Amino acid sequence: MIKNTAKKIYVFLIFVFLYAPIATLIVLSFNASKTRAKWGGFTLKWYIALFKNDDILQALFNTLAIALIASLVATVVGTIACIAIMNLKKRSRTVVMGITNIPMLNADIVTGISLMLLFISMGLRFGFGTILLSHITFCIPYVILSVMPRMKQLNPSTFEAALDLGAGPIYGFFKVVFPDILPGVLSGFLMAFTMSLDDFIITHFTKGAGVDTLSTKIYTEVKKGIKPEMYALSTIIFVTVLILLLLVNKAPADKKQEA
Amino acid sequence: MNSTKKKLLGTPYFIWSAIFIVVPLCMVFYYGLTDKSGAFTMENILSIATPEHSKALWLALLLSLISTVICLLLAYPLAMILCKMNVNQHSFIVLIFILPMWMNFLLRTLAWQTLLEKTGVINSILTFLHLPTLNIINTPYAIVLGMVYNFLPFMVLPIYNALSKIDVNVINAARDLGANELQVFLKVTLPLTVPGIISGITMVFIPALTTFVISNLLGGSKILLIGNVVEQEFTQASNWHLGSGLSIVLMLFIILNMVISAVFDKDGEGSVL
Repeated sequence: MIKNTAKKIYVFLIFVFLYAPIATLIVLSFNASKTRAKWGGFTLKWYIALFKNDDILQALFNTLAIALIASLVATVVGTIACIAIMNLKKRSRTVVMGITNIPMLNADIVTGISLMLLFISMGLRFGFGTILLSHITFCIPYVILSVMPRMKQLNPSTFEAALDLGAGPIYGFFKVVFPDILPGVLSGFLMAFTMSLDDFIITHFTKGAGVDTLSTKIYTEVKKGIKPEMYALSTIIFVTVLILLLLVNKAPADKKQEA
Repeated sequence: MNSTKKKLLGTPYFIWSAIFIVVPLCMVFYYGLTDKSGAFTMENILSIATPEHSKALWLALLLSLISTVICLLLAYPLAMILCKMNVNQHSFIVLIFILPMWMNFLLRTLAWQTLLEKTGVINSILTFLHLPTLNIINTPYAIVLGMVYNFLPFMVLPIYNALSKIDVNVINAARDLGANELQVFLKVTLPLTVPGIISGITMVFIPALTTFVISNLLGGSKILLIGNVVEQEFTQASNWHLGSGLSIVLMLFIILNMVISAVFDKDGEGSVL
């Protein structure tokens, strides 16, 4: 009994640790005082100001557009690549998987500067495009690593059976293979989207002047002081995601298909 | 569809990874091993030995090691408790740890400033309880706290995954054969979770070693880690050769870490996903 209570307190404390900063940000978004240091009473004015702040809305649009496009492209390219990787000989498969692991294992700062050097030598103009290319690059491994285990569990005979019964390869793939790997594809997409959304370091090195995502915008604001609208925006994002997740979890989940 | 055709499907990705993963890494090596005139030099790499750079590297190594150990000590019991809690939805646990990432990483770290400041939230609570106040903002302690806070989920998830894969029968068998709780843990549970632990260590140690953001936000501007030095070479000093040289040094630690992981985790079992 005491042991169980101790365990519960431990888990509780860890969650306080993980969520305390988030609670702080939510509280700050309702703080009438402009400085973080003191509480000036409850207000909603930052939420109203947020929708008039074009800079922040533009950064939000960039962030979401990059995360969505990058994770979609990564999901398609990554899933198709998985089919190919499964059919490679052991040796080339090891090489390809080794390269796929590089962006996951390498430090973000090294990935960031290496892409920056590449874009400079290619003579690309730094901006939305370069950020997008970098994000696709670090998103693909997340998709491959979450689709791969699903692919390995597949019974290859089912796909062959579909072909024998007259299905074309594309029809057969979507009818037979895709439903089985879907959970892996979805969790890969979600992982890629989250990583892209939360990325700062790689964006920092591959962005150009004038184009900002939320992360880089916040970083430039650190020294001047963060605009309270930013707290309001992140509260809205967080609460939206929380509600979505609760809804998804309420829905009858297929227990076999864990992430 | 035969297997050659299937292999061809991978072409877009193979080309993509060659251009955006392999070539950029080669460029880091090229810049790191040459000087401004393009001649070969080891100077950029050897500059790690200068007092300023080696101090930044040692401090980064020390802080990231401490953070990794703290993460491991916090995460292992947590993963064990979560595993025994019988939450039948594995994905729910994962979500709880990934959810904070939807609040921007920089804002979350900045929030610790508000919490840790001299007159911040934590100190107000401590004063109210008549306890001594905590003055760690702008010290290495705050950086360690920031590292543990940001990277703890990356330690919990692989260990939790490894633990939840253990067959209960194996543990029961050990008990039947007379092992006590401690023996079961040391002889069965712990060895079976080594891949998860190694994966967790990699996922925490590398980002902690190379961070420049956490030290910037929580350490004040005076504490320089190796990540800060590299970042400054690229964004302020524009000395790409020196920055690349120092990045190569960082990569040596990353490769060392990968080799260690490969030795302990041959089947790639300790994945986060």
